[in-house]
Amino acid sequence: MAHSDSRTIENHLRMSGVSRRDFVRLCSALMVTAPAGLALTSTNSVDELAKAVGHTPRPSVIWLHFQECTGCTETLLRTSAPDVGHLILDVISLDYHETLMAAAGDQAEQALHAAMQKNSGRYVLVAEGSIPLKDNGGYLELGRRRGLEVLKEAASGAAAIVAIGSCASWGGVQSSGENPTGAVGVDSIIKDKPIINLPGCPPNPYTLLAVVLEYATMGRIPALDSLKRPLFAYSRVIHDNCPRRAHFDAGRFAQAFGDDGHRQGWCLFKLGCKGPLTHGACATRHFNEVPDVWPIGIGAPCVGCTEKAVAFTMPVFQTVDLHSIPATAPDTYAPIYTPQGHISSAATGLAGLIGGALVGAGIMASRRLRTPEGGEKPGEE
Amino acid sequence: MNAQEQARPVGGRILTPPFLALTALAALSAVLILWRFVAGLGASTALNDGYPWGLWIAFDVVTGTALACGGYAVALLVYVLNRGRYHTLVRPALVTSALGYSIAGLSVAIDVGRPWLIWKVPLFFWHWNHRSVLLEVAMCIMLYTLVAWIELSPAFLERGETSSNPKVRSFSRKVLPAVRRGLPFFIAFGLLLPTMHQSSLGSLLLLSGPRLNALWNTPLLPLLFLLSCLAMGYGAVIIESTLSSRFLGRPLELMMLSRLSRVMAWILSVYLAIRICDLFVRNSLLAALFRFDLFSIMTWVELALLAGPIVLLASSERRRDPGNLFLAAMLLLLGGALYRFDVYLVAFQPGPQWSYFPSVTEILITTGLVAGEIAAYIALIKLFPILSGRKPTAPARAAVLGRSYMTAD
Repeated sequence: MAHSDSRTIENHLRMSGVSRRDFVRLCSALMVTAPAGLALTSTNSVDELAKAVGHTPRPSVIWLHFQECTGCTETLLRTSAPDVGHLILDVISLDYHETLMAAAGDQAEQALHAAMQKNSGRYVLVAEGSIPLKDNGGYLELGRRRGLEVLKEAASGAAAIVAIGSCASWGGVQSSGENPTGAVGVDSIIKDKPIINLPGCPPNPYTLLAVVLEYATMGRIPALDSLKRPLFAYSRVIHDNCPRRAHFDAGRFAQAFGDDGHRQGWCLFKLGCKGPLTHGACATRHFNEVPDVWPIGIGAPCVGCTEKAVAFTMPVFQTVDLHSIPATAPDTYAPIYTPQGHISSAATGLAGLIGGALVGAGIMASRRLRTPEGGEKPGEE
Repeated sequence: MNAQEQARPVGGRILTPPFLALTALAALSAVLILWRFVAGLGASTALNDGYPWGLWIAFDVVTGTALACGGYAVALLVYVLNRGRYHTLVRPALVTSALGYSIAGLSVAIDVGRPWLIWKVPLFFWHWNHRSVLLEVAMCIMLYTLVAWIELSPAFLERGETSSNPKVRSFSRKVLPAVRRGLPFFIAFGLLLPTMHQSSLGSLLLLSGPRLNALWNTPLLPLLFLLSCLAMGYGAVIIESTLSSRFLGRPLELMMLSRLSRVMAWILSVYLAIRICDLFVRNSLLAALFRFDLFSIMTWVELALLAGPIVLLASSERRRDPGNLFLAAMLLLLGGALYRFDVYLVAFQPGPQWSYFPSVTEILITTGLVAGEIAAYIALIKLFPILSGRKPTAPARAAVLGRSYMTAD
C-alpha cells in the first residue's frame, strides 16, 4: 500500500495530527473489547493489529436516526479523555450523521444522497432507532418521506447494516407493551443484506468500532448468534463475569437500595438484577473509559437491555428465575443483619406498669411526707 | 449506747395483708424460677448471644447491690470516719445489704448457664484466673453476702438470748461474745469487699471496649461506679428510714437523716463533677451529647436525675423537710439505677442485629425477688432487734398496724 494514499486510516490520522501512540492505544482497547471471535484481533500483537488497521482505507459509514433517543450517539460522543470519540471519527469515515453534521434541510438530504452514490455498495449503514410500521409507517418522517422508505433506500446500497441499540435491534422501548407505533427492528424489514444487531441501551461504542473495522479490514462480518449479535461481544453472560459475582456465591445480597449491603457493593440479584439472563460485554468493558461506569458498577441492577425477552418487558425490580446457570439462586436471603432478640409487648407493658407505679408511689410519698398530718408528726430532736 | 439507741424488735403481727401480697409475688417468682430451671434460659428469658446479661444482671446484681450499699456506706461513716452518731443506722442498713446481696447472688445463680457448677468457683482456687474481673466480682459478692450476715448475726443472737427455747438460749449466750470479739475483723472485711467489687462492676463493661458507647466509655468508669454506689447507699438508708418510720408509726430521725443527706449530696457532687469533667476532657463527647439520639438523651436524663438531689438538698432548711429528703433520695436512686442500666444495657451495643428487652418472666422474677426482699425486711425488723429509737406512740402504731399501710391518715 502506498503511504501517499490519503484514504488509508494511518495516513488520515497522520494528516489529522493524531499521534501514533493514541492510535496504538485505540488498537489496544479494541483487542480488550474483542479478545476472541474476530479475525481482526486474532493477531499476535497490538502492533500487527495497528499495521493491519492502518493500511486499510477508512470505511465509509452512513448513520441514520429513526425512533430513538440518540443515546447511542451520545455514548459515542461522551467517551472521555483522551477523546476516543474523535479518534473513532478519524478512523472511520462518517459520511452522514444527522446529529453531527452542520447541514440542515435540503442540504442535508443532498449530502445523504451524495454519500450513498459515492460509496454505493461499499458503505456500512448504521441504523439507530426502531421503524414504525403501523398505519402505513406514518409515525416517522424524514425529509417528507416515511422512515420505512428511507431505510429501504439506504439499505439497497449498503454492504452491511449495523442496527445499533435495542430499538434498531428489535424495536426496543417503543415496541414494549401495546407497541402503539408498530415499531420493529431493522432485520424485520431488510432481508437481503447482512445485518449485525448491537443491542444495548446504549451499546458500547467499541463494539461498533470493532464490527466496522472487521468488515473494512477483513472484508467480512463477525460471527453472530441466533439474534444476529456478534459473538465476540455478546457470547458472555453478565452474571458470569460480574465483579460482584463473589457476593452472589457467598450469599451476600443487598436487600434494599441504600442498605448496608448495598453500600458495601454486595450482589444486586435480589433488587432485580437481570445479569443472569443477559448477554453482553458490560461486565468487562465499562463505559466512558472509567472503571465501574456501568449499571452494576454504580449499584443499579442490570435491566437486561441487550435481551429482547427481558428489557422493557420484565419489571426492573423483579427478581429473575435462574434455570440455565450452574449457580443456584437462593430461595431465601440471609438478611444483612439477622435480627436477634425479641421484644414482647406484654413485657414492655408490664415494665411500664411497674415503673409507673413506682414513680407514682414515690411522688405521692414525698408529697405526703411534706405535709405531715395528725399523729404522724416526724419526731424532732 | 444509751437507752434510746438500744435496738428492739418492732413486734406486732407479721402476716398483715401487705406482707401477704408481697409474699404472693415472691411465691410467683419462685414458681417462675423453677420453670426457668426446667425450661432453660432460652425459653424463659429474652436473653441472647448479643445480650447475655439482661435485667437480672443490670438490676438484681448491678443496681441491687448498689442499693444495698447502705451497710457499706454507713459502716464507712461510722467505723472509718468515726461518726458514732450514725450508729443506729448501721443495723437496718446491714439488713438491706445482707438481703440485697443475697438476692444478687440468687439472681446470678438463676442467670448463669450452668448453675450446678457455681459451687466450684470459690473452692477450686487452683483454677482461678487471677486477672479476671468477673472472678473478683463473683468472689467479693459471695464473701460480702456471708460477711453481711455475720455482721448482722448479733441481732439474731441477742434475740436468741431471750428465746423461750433453752437450747437456743444457751447457744446464743455462748456464741454472741465470740461473734462480738470477731466483729471488728468482719467489719473491716465488709468495708474492703464492696470497695473492690463495686468498682469492678464498672471495670466489667470497660472490658467490652468499643462496644460501649463513647458517652460512658471512660477509664474512670470504676471510680464513677464506686462513688455512685456510696451515694446510692445513703439514699437507700434515707428511703428505708423514712418508710419504716412512716409505716411503723415510729418517730423519724430527721436530724440524722438530714446530716446524712449532706454527706450524700457532697459525694454526688464529686461524682457529677468527675462525670461532667470527663465528658468535657474527652471533648469529642461534647458533640455526642448534643446529637440527641438515644444515647445523648439517656445521658441528659441521667445527669438531670443526679443533679436534682444536689439542688433539692442545697440548703439546711430544705434538708430538714422530710418530703424533700425523700424526693431527693428517690431521684438519686433513680439516677444511679439509670446510670447502671445505661452502662449495662443501653451503652453496651453488641451489634446492629441484637436487641433486648426483658421478658415477662424475667420482670416477674425480679419483681418477686424485690417483693420477697421487702417482706423479709419487714419480718426481720419485727422479729429481731434491728431498729432503735423511741417507741412509737400507741395511737400511731394502732393506726398503722391495725388498718391500712398506704393511707395512714
